[in-house]
Amino acid sequence: MTAEIWSQVWQFTPTLLWAMLINVQLLLALIALGLVTGVVVALIEVYSPRPLAALALAYEWFFRGVPELVLLFLFYFGLTQMGMDISPFFAAVLALGFRSSGYQSQIFRGAIQSVPPGQLMAAHSLGMGTMKTIRYVILPQALRLSIPPWSNEFSAVFKDTTLAYGIGVVEIVRQARYISVRNFPLTLPVFILVAFMFLVLTYLGNWGLGRLEQRLHVPGLETHAKRGEAREL
Amino acid sequence: MDMQLVFDWAWLPRLSDGLIVTMQLTGACLAGGAALGLLLSLARVYTRGPVYWLASAYVQFFRGTPLLVQLMIIHFGLPTVGIRFEPFISGVVAMGLNTAAYQAEYFRGAIQSVRSGQTLAARSLGMSPLQTVRYIVLPQALRLVIPPWSNELVYMLKYSSIVYMIGVSDLMGVGRTISARSFRFLELFIVVAMMYLAVVLILTFALRWLERRVHVPGLTTTGRRG
Amino acid sequence: MNSDSADHLLRVEDVHKRYGREEVLRGVSFTMERADTKVIIGASGTGKSTLLRCINKLTDPDQGRVWLENQEITGRRAPVNRIRSQMGFVFQDFNLFTHLPALDNVRIGPQRVKGIRRREATTLAQEALATVGLKEKAQSYPAQLSGGQQQRVAIARALAMSPKLMLFDEPTSALDPELIGEVLEVMVKLAKEGMTMLVVSHEMGFARTVADEIIFMEGGVILEQAPPESMFRNPQHKRTGEFLRKISDLYGESE
Repeated sequence: MTAEIWSQVWQFTPTLLWAMLINVQLLLALIALGLVTGVVVALIEVYSPRPLAALALAYEWFFRGVPELVLLFLFYFGLTQMGMDISPFFAAVLALGFRSSGYQSQIFRGAIQSVPPGQLMAAHSLGMGTMKTIRYVILPQALRLSIPPWSNEFSAVFKDTTLAYGIGVVEIVRQARYISVRNFPLTLPVFILVAFMFLVLTYLGNWGLGRLEQRLHVPGLETHAKRGEAREL
Repeated sequence: MDMQLVFDWAWLPRLSDGLIVTMQLTGACLAGGAALGLLLSLARVYTRGPVYWLASAYVQFFRGTPLLVQLMIIHFGLPTVGIRFEPFISGVVAMGLNTAAYQAEYFRGAIQSVRSGQTLAARSLGMSPLQTVRYIVLPQALRLVIPPWSNELVYMLKYSSIVYMIGVSDLMGVGRTISARSFRFLELFIVVAMMYLAVVLILTFALRWLERRVHVPGLTTTGRRG
Repeated sequence: MNSDSADHLLRVEDVHKRYGREEVLRGVSFTMERADTKVIIGASGTGKSTLLRCINKLTDPDQGRVWLENQEITGRRAPVNRIRSQMGFVFQDFNLFTHLPALDNVRIGPQRVKGIRRREATTLAQEALATVGLKEKAQSYPAQLSGGQQQRVAIARALAMSPKLMLFDEPTSALDPELIGEVLEVMVKLAKEGMTMLVVSHEMGFARTVADEIIFMEGGVILEQAPPESMFRNPQHKRTGEFLRKISDLYGESE
């Protein structure tokens, strides 16, 4: 690949960066949806009576067992077919967000269960009810313990935002395709540039989360947490 | 929504053809990925210098970038430098290279969790380093790697659906084609989802069975015995 | 029956509890007055800890009633949390909140349960920490404290709620021998200042010096209840005497 080709690619960098902004927006929206839903699902799994807990486990199992693309299609074309006017971006947030909640709920469930039961008893002995115990004793510990596995989930879903390509969201891979179709010789360098952008952003994201973990670190709380090498835990 | 269509088996034969392609794709990329991943992990554990750095850079790159981008590079990018693959082959290559990086990390974790006393004992018997790896380290590491590996299998099965984007008629691709003609997206993709779920369920049970089958008392991932 | 409850600070009436087939408590009744200190002794597995937990309903009794002054905690619609907030509970294994420094561990009750303003709650917490002699450890996390210090923080945590009654469940049995003294010292101080205390413990020295009454439990019932001196000198039951001898051999009598 000659220097000339790379200088041509360089022209498209702003376009690609704008498209990457879509991925980042998608990431933030879906991870927030997944976080809130995931915490709720985890709390249901741990604290609610059996039928409801079983339902939450089934939810988790469904969203973890079905491919992202199938979920994207179900949410986008399925909801459209049912007469809902839904944008591809919003459908992607829902599909990928609920999927992520299936993984995040597992992370939070593990963290919630690792808070020693004696502390729950201590909270009750002070007169705290269930909601206060969850809010002041369980979640502050569980959320801290969740940060390392959650970082894994974070970088995994960031990469998966590209799958929104499948339902027509003009995110970075689709933008790169548009460019490469019109400028065939640029195909390889353009996609290498895209890959490089992901490497940099993933690195920055993990660095930021590492900092967050350090800032929120509490002596004695790290004992139950395990770092995972897996794609996601 | 017409639930009748969901339980009407009319789509099943064509979807099953797609499912077979999906499974071939998953099987091929996992096998290739296991071989390459094992080599990468050995390089990462037992070598220093350029080989180590090369293997590490490989793992970093393929874990740090989206599979879809890797697929695009291989299927649409490589032809610009004269390398062309059939869509199915592009899929196997991209997914194989990708899963190799992840599997390398599982293998590495498993190899490193084999206790160092085991290696010492093997060397004390006069085994060469290669023999030690072959007869002592790998038999233990491969057992430990089954749980994360099962996870990876399910991942690749699901991720294989991206190959429809380069024109492979896998389960996802067939579903896409039928739905585009029938406009029955919801019903069709519910069936597709259930087919993926069924395979995931069967594979999960099969691998649990395998794990119990090759289980050795006292050999655990957590290495609690220090 | 209800009419005279208000005369006692605590009234426990015919409490039963079974786990599966085993009946751990088989009808326990007693009362406590303000500023009383009572020590419950007995072999392990005789239901002492279960009894303590039934009193603030951390464990649900199967049968029987418990009143704190005129509030019945065992009532069907009883405001359990409000009654609990008036009873301090000190656990065998401390159960400090891992994510909070000592001061926050003590402050969280007044602030979040009683709704006291942060600044006043802080003052309360500092006073409670001063009482247990740990003012300078306010910013330490539980993991940075010794077992004895953790248990003193736990006592401060209960104390900061200004409880009418404090329940101690074997507060020193998880501690290394050299750390027991500092915890007992705090408890003696509290008893002398007029705190009402119900203590499950094997510390005979503590029982002898501080307790107004010793309650000896065996097989899920109270076998004997008497002031320490008369119980040591003249036990009414053969089992009581045997137990007291055995426990004195095991733990010695630090007097």
